[in-house]
Amino acid sequence: MRRDLLTSVTAVVLTTIVFGLVYPLAFTGVAQVLFPGSSNGSKITENGQVVGSKLIAQDFRKVVPTHASKGPKLERVPDPRYFQPRPSQSNYNPSITFFSNLGPNQKDTRAAIKSNLDGYLKLEGRYDSGLTAADVPIDAITQSASGVDPQISKANAEIQAHRIAAVRHLSLSQVQSLIDDHTDGRFLGVFGEPGVNVLELNLALDKEAPTT
Amino acid sequence: MAQGWLQLGIFVIVLVALTRPLGAYMAHVFRGERVFLSPVIGPVERLTYRILRVNPADQHNWKIYARNLIAFSLFSWLALYLILRTQSIQPFNPTGFHSGPWDVSFNTASSFVTNTNWQYYGGETTLSFFSQMAGLTVENFVTPAVGICAFLALTRGIISRAGDGLGNFWQDLVRGLYYVLLPLSIVVALILVSQGVLQTLGGTVTASTLEGANQTLALGPVASQIAIKQLGTNGGGFFNVNSSMPFENPTSFSNFIEVLSIILIPAALAYTYGRMVGRTRQGWAIFATMLVVWVALVAVIYPAEQHGTPAEHKAGTPTTALVDSTGGNMEGKEQRNGIAQSALWASTTTVTSNGSVNAAMESLTGLGGAVPMSGLGMSEVIFGGVGTGMYSMLLFVIIAVFIGGLMVGRTPEYLGKKIQAREIKLASLGALFTPLAVLVTTATAIGTKYGTPSLFVKSGPQGFSETLYAYLSQANNNGSAFAGYTGFVQPDAPGNAHSYGITFADIVGGLTMLTARFIPILFVLAIAGSLAGKKVASAGPGTMRTDNPTFVVLLIGVIILVGALTFFPALLLGPIVQSLTTRLF
Repeated sequence: MRRDLLTSVTAVVLTTIVFGLVYPLAFTGVAQVLFPGSSNGSKITENGQVVGSKLIAQDFRKVVPTHASKGPKLERVPDPRYFQPRPSQSNYNPSITFFSNLGPNQKDTRAAIKSNLDGYLKLEGRYDSGLTAADVPIDAITQSASGVDPQISKANAEIQAHRIAAVRHLSLSQVQSLIDDHTDGRFLGVFGEPGVNVLELNLALDKEAPTT
Repeated sequence: MAQGWLQLGIFVIVLVALTRPLGAYMAHVFRGERVFLSPVIGPVERLTYRILRVNPADQHNWKIYARNLIAFSLFSWLALYLILRTQSIQPFNPTGFHSGPWDVSFNTASSFVTNTNWQYYGGETTLSFFSQMAGLTVENFVTPAVGICAFLALTRGIISRAGDGLGNFWQDLVRGLYYVLLPLSIVVALILVSQGVLQTLGGTVTASTLEGANQTLALGPVASQIAIKQLGTNGGGFFNVNSSMPFENPTSFSNFIEVLSIILIPAALAYTYGRMVGRTRQGWAIFATMLVVWVALVAVIYPAEQHGTPAEHKAGTPTTALVDSTGGNMEGKEQRNGIAQSALWASTTTVTSNGSVNAAMESLTGLGGAVPMSGLGMSEVIFGGVGTGMYSMLLFVIIAVFIGGLMVGRTPEYLGKKIQAREIKLASLGALFTPLAVLVTTATAIGTKYGTPSLFVKSGPQGFSETLYAYLSQANNNGSAFAGYTGFVQPDAPGNAHSYGITFADIVGGLTMLTARFIPILFVLAIAGSLAGKKVASAGPGTMRTDNPTFVVLLIGVIILVGALTFFPALLLGPIVQSLTTRLF
């Protein structure tokens, strides 16, 4: 009996060392050597400055004064120069993540989606006349799971392309070809869904047609 | 939807194709035969026995086997609890997190030592790298190995000629860890890190965004933990949002590998079982039972999610698929996963006892949410946890054999062993303990004011679903959640300074996980001991076969009956109401 207990304690110490220190630390070493980019966050660097991670969405809204007499003085509105990622419950914060937990039969859910839909139609409708709620892809008006989904659907990008082309003085086909360049396909052409990487696309836009 | 069905169909084919080779490999390992890794691992294995001062040739009876299993788990619990409570003075804490509150730490320690990995903690906002590695990753390895041990003991009880032991707990533990879990983890972790899953000891990086703001990226040693989190049916995330976080699951490829890892070992163990009892058809019959139920659940949840929710429809979006857009219920889902992969994951992670998520469970449609709850309600026997799924399934097999025996009027026998009153009593208690724990705890949480602070939605079917899911998940050692339900309040994250636990949820949940893990294990080992002493009778013309489609149907019937009768009234109040009405609450 005492011997069994001693073995148990030894086993806990041993497994902690082997699986809790040796395995993760040795594997970190291997990963750092084999995949230095992806193991460290797939960071994108411009002029020596980290501008983001290609796996993490960032906020493409700008802070402007509100015109309302009550409530907060500042609000965030989508920056028309950039493709907009999916709405986020966490304001695109990858270091404090949480789910929106909006249920299927909740009035709050309807309100949130309605507000996203109205905002989307208002922003894109100016540049894409004839855009109706039935044309709006669902990913554009729902929050992702992580709050930092780096991708949008191709349908979503193609609607936003009208705005980008107008604001950046590009032809629709130029924007379209940039979208195609930054679309990730399915695994083996079968698994998952294609998506357009918003940050990489916006960086490419800034190179192709800089704005001030 | 054809594209989605194609993905799901091919996934099933890949799984079936991998079941046999991996199952056969594990059968060799657990019978002590030479495998291709033996030259490398054999010396380390023998060194480990010397350090532990055990003789692997010692055969344990069920009491000694159980004593070692419980003692090892107890000390593991203690070690993890201490690590969580003294986090602030440990190394590998670049962000400077404080130690956890006692009640949350109790819940988390209980959660990880029972292979549940329920998350009341916030990974990236409260846990140091030391806690994640030396605490959580270690449990991610040892708990599935412990599950395998209990499964092996039961299997040996079933096949033993009178008087044999049930094997050696330490040998089974070490073999499961060294030959199965560690090599597979290394392979999976390498694939994941190549896709963009993090593996670094650097703490945070601040990026200067295109809009001129700062964005803080929390990094860490993620891939090494995520690989075993999936393979060991663990499920506790490095990040709070688990495998929906791109740093845990960045691409369609990583998603495919992770969802396959969730179900791979539990599936292969069914074949291992067939090999070990010397009749592979017995293993395939159990595999077929699992496969049929799982595929049926996938076939319900995928169209349900593709249909969308009443809230989405009433907001004015039709949720129909457009060209280049999935349509469907994308609230709480990631674009790269879409509807099909999110539905596949949600059903797979809950029939197995994994519990990691790549989409927000609370945002599933009503019917979609009923699928994971059904997976949990069937006591995690459809593939189930690593080892756990097989031994729990064998309890149902024993019950099915008994019921079948009653129907044809013969003494029930399983693989030549008479199933008598003692085994039936133990199997019934083992199978009923978990549902009982679920219903009592859910009723307590709903019926008293103590459950209220945990709720995100304070009333209506959604609030009920949150509570039911929380205790279903913890009692079944799953760990997935309607994540609005919480046992932890963190007012000024990050840093964990003024955070505190909701004591009721933490303690009741923790006790549920502990009892619902170890009491059934004790029943299983007791059955193993009881069966081990019995003579093997040769099969006669009157013996009921347990390897043909008739038995598969009987077994499915028993599983659904126990699950459905126990939980149908409760499911009615939550997800079923929500799927039948378009009303908003």
